[in-house]
Amino acid sequence: MALLDINDLSVSFRTNDGVVQAVNNVSLSVDQGETLGVVGESGSGKSQLSFAIMGLLARNGQATGSVRFDGQEILNAPPKILNRIRAEKIAMIFQDPMTSLNPYMRVSDQMAEVLTLHKGMSRSKAVTESVRMLDAVKIPDAKGRVRLYPHEFSGGMRQRVMIAMALLCRPSLLIADEPTTALDVTVQAQIMTLLAELRREFGMAMILITHDLGVVAGSCERVAVMYGGRIRETGPVGPLFEAPAHPYTQGLLGAIPRIDQEGDELSAIPGSPPNMTRPPAGCAFEPRCPYRREDCACQRPMLDAFAPARARACFAPLDDVLQRRLPQAQTTMQGGQP
Amino acid sequence: MVIEQEKMQRLATRMVEEEVKGRSPWADARKRFLRNKAAMAGLVILILVALFALFGDMLAVWSNEELDFSVMGQVATMGAPSLENGHYFGTDDLGRDLFSRTVQGTQISLMVGIVGAGIAVIVGTLYGATAGYVGGRTDQFMMRAVDILMSVPYMFVLILLLVMFGRSIAMLFLGIGLISWLEMSRIVRGQTLSLKNREFIEAARATGVSTWKIIIRHIVPNLLGVVAVYATLLVPLMILTESFISFLGLGVQEPLTSWGALISEGAGTMNYGTLWQLAFPLFFFVITLFGFFFVGDGLRDALDPKDR
Amino acid sequence: MTRPLLDVRDLRVTFHIRREGDLPWTQPRELHAVGGVDFSLAPGETLGVVGESGCGKSTLARALIGLVPAEGQAEWIDGKDLIGLSPRQMMKYRNDIQMVFQDPLASLNPRMTVGQIIAEPLTTHHPGLKRAEVKERVKAMMEKVGLLPNQINRYPHEFSGGQCQRIGIARALIVEPKLIICDEPVSALDVSIQAQVINLLIRLQRELGLALIFIAHDLSVVKHISDRVMVLYLGRVMEIASSDDLYAAPQHPYTQALLSAVPVPDPAHDMAASVVPLAGDLPSPLAPPSGCVFRTRCPRATERCAAEVPVLSGAGHQTACHFPGPLTEAEIAFARRTEAA
Repeated sequence: MALLDINDLSVSFRTNDGVVQAVNNVSLSVDQGETLGVVGESGSGKSQLSFAIMGLLARNGQATGSVRFDGQEILNAPPKILNRIRAEKIAMIFQDPMTSLNPYMRVSDQMAEVLTLHKGMSRSKAVTESVRMLDAVKIPDAKGRVRLYPHEFSGGMRQRVMIAMALLCRPSLLIADEPTTALDVTVQAQIMTLLAELRREFGMAMILITHDLGVVAGSCERVAVMYGGRIRETGPVGPLFEAPAHPYTQGLLGAIPRIDQEGDELSAIPGSPPNMTRPPAGCAFEPRCPYRREDCACQRPMLDAFAPARARACFAPLDDVLQRRLPQAQTTMQGGQP
Repeated sequence: MVIEQEKMQRLATRMVEEEVKGRSPWADARKRFLRNKAAMAGLVILILVALFALFGDMLAVWSNEELDFSVMGQVATMGAPSLENGHYFGTDDLGRDLFSRTVQGTQISLMVGIVGAGIAVIVGTLYGATAGYVGGRTDQFMMRAVDILMSVPYMFVLILLLVMFGRSIAMLFLGIGLISWLEMSRIVRGQTLSLKNREFIEAARATGVSTWKIIIRHIVPNLLGVVAVYATLLVPLMILTESFISFLGLGVQEPLTSWGALISEGAGTMNYGTLWQLAFPLFFFVITLFGFFFVGDGLRDALDPKDR
Repeated sequence: MTRPLLDVRDLRVTFHIRREGDLPWTQPRELHAVGGVDFSLAPGETLGVVGESGCGKSTLARALIGLVPAEGQAEWIDGKDLIGLSPRQMMKYRNDIQMVFQDPLASLNPRMTVGQIIAEPLTTHHPGLKRAEVKERVKAMMEKVGLLPNQINRYPHEFSGGQCQRIGIARALIVEPKLIICDEPVSALDVSIQAQVINLLIRLQRELGLALIFIAHDLSVVKHISDRVMVLYLGRVMEIASSDDLYAAPQHPYTQALLSAVPVPDPAHDMAASVVPLAGDLPSPLAPPSGCVFRTRCPRATERCAAEVPVLSGAGHQTACHFPGPLTEAEIAFARRTEAA
């Protein structure tokens, strides 16, 4: 049985400009100890997906569908159950560590509080355990530094403190929402290495939410690519990067400059992402898609399995996409229309 | 060649295509404001009060200075509001028509409020924006001056001024004008400091736009939201200040009057069964303040939607 | 050799930091945000500037354009030193040097229409132009950067991030500058939009013969767009070389560590095996290490590195290191051990 089983999850927000469909009919599962990457651009709904799993949606948000953790339904569960699961089973880390650290409390107090509250440890024992966890995330001189306030740590170190705090109760699933986006590359490399080691050490599953395909390639086993609130393609990281089967995945991979390759012009995806207050009737990627056909604008492709563990949501024939055969009557598109 | 021609043609058709009208941030704010029911109610009230102040005289049967000898001496019984003798709001203690006096009081009070807030907007905005944008010593000097002026107990000074130079409406305007812009300049300066580091200001500086033009073209338009909100909240404050002074008997001089003076008179006689003398000015006073506060709240929500 | 468009010698930017609670007469502490940078830029060339946050790359850009006061020398192609010019003298050069900013939306005044925004440099530098002519030129420029000219009356909030960046580029190009300084122009954009903007910049540069100073923290983007690349660390130049040389054979240990940390979108690439970790944190720029500023984190540092400031040397491929050259296996292993400790 999968550790986390998401079925037909949708998230919508009521705003002044109408209802925004942030996430639509997403189904995913994460096995024990597995790492799943969720890739998407801003507005693709990837962050809202994680907030919905954790029950942390903003007040005007509404989630439907089902999220089962260890067989237990946790979507829209009562706060009491959610709090327990959030504290002990699922942990989350964010792009900005200060969102989960209290700037006015010493790190020792914050970490010990978690343990005394959820594990019923004595304070002194909790502090010792906190120091051990700070050691595990490779903070030098953890014993001395545990008494500091969060702002006294550098950006990378603060990220480590947040990770240590998330791991205190030994969760079986870690959701990392853009954990390295605000960091420099050298620090990012350190944090990603650290996360990989900790995952092995604690036997933890991880959902890594990011816009950076490079980070996903280096650390995930499976990937789900999101666009316009829906999953467009999912599969094991190797085959998906080697032979992307959805035009969007293909476009995304072509659009990033590579440090390991020479290249002339980047094959940019024309146009802009969709406005989710007025979701299109058909495929949200249709206006930007080089493989688009007539029915793409009015019909919505469903996620279909086409190879072991791989699925995609696209009407264009698989072979055309894999061999990059563009349809004949392809009109050139112009960027610039709002 | 064919492609080239095609390109040119496309360009040509695009050039003649009609220009799309933009939706300015102001238009967006207006739309949000119009949807806000409380703010719209406030606005309607204010418009009605303003119409009352402007055209109320035309409805009045009596002028505000005339004494109605028929009710004099028996105001409590004869001077009550009635449509028959033309005293819609009754008369005051001396037998003057309260309706026309309330019209006049409304004119004066609104004028005090609007002029006070107007001075605050113009002086405060330019002063604060200049101090904030120029920064350094100039900023230090300008803001310390504001601090010093603010630390003077203004009500005391205002009363002193009125006592020393005689009670006149000009002196009242001067006094209120002197103090009203101080708080505004502080708020504007704070906003300017945060605007100053925005990239579009840097972009203007990098391309060599002059300091004065940056303040007028880039800083001030982006401050107007805050200024408009604060100004609508400032008008009732000014009215309150004037009313307080007039309530003390130091404000406008007879035969002129204001809400504060009328309320003061009405309060003085309320024990003699002439409650309407207090009720009518107080009613206008209260609904106007409510109106301004609702409009101010609505403006804030409309101009700064992120705050909700 | 042709005369360089811009020849920068020993450019320094010093900020005076006052601590909270300092008395008015205490000496402020000095922060050397840029501490002696040398480079030259040929007309039509693209110089990439990379480095991590706090390396002074944005300050360098702002110093060149006169937004922050600097010392040293920056000689323009006509022989004039741009540093220390009076605002009036600088006016002439502000026309030639334009800037594109990081945050596409924040760099546009929300209360102005796109037409007004793009026209501002033009009306500032050519006040005599007729309104019709300004509008004509703005529309032509919008067409050139891939915006529809009929959108001239729209406001910035009606455009997406990528389009806002096009507006920013149009504003920089409208006065026909010779040099554009791009400060992280694509780092706030989504991947698919980022490629559009990079392609646009490359195309415009070729068409108009512009020189670009392209500042970014994304090494892959810089590699793609630059002819030459300069690596900064704590306000000092570590290495300058042609893009091909620098990425193929980095000489400075810092450059090697930086390049090894860049994630590659290829699952076959084993990051863990190739990455050279940097020990510790970035030192405070208020108290930079003596000698070579990188020595505290360098696997190759010796006593000489603490005593002597390395100068930028070499022909073409210049490195500021006493012991340049590729890191050996032993040094990489040493770096991993110190990082783990």
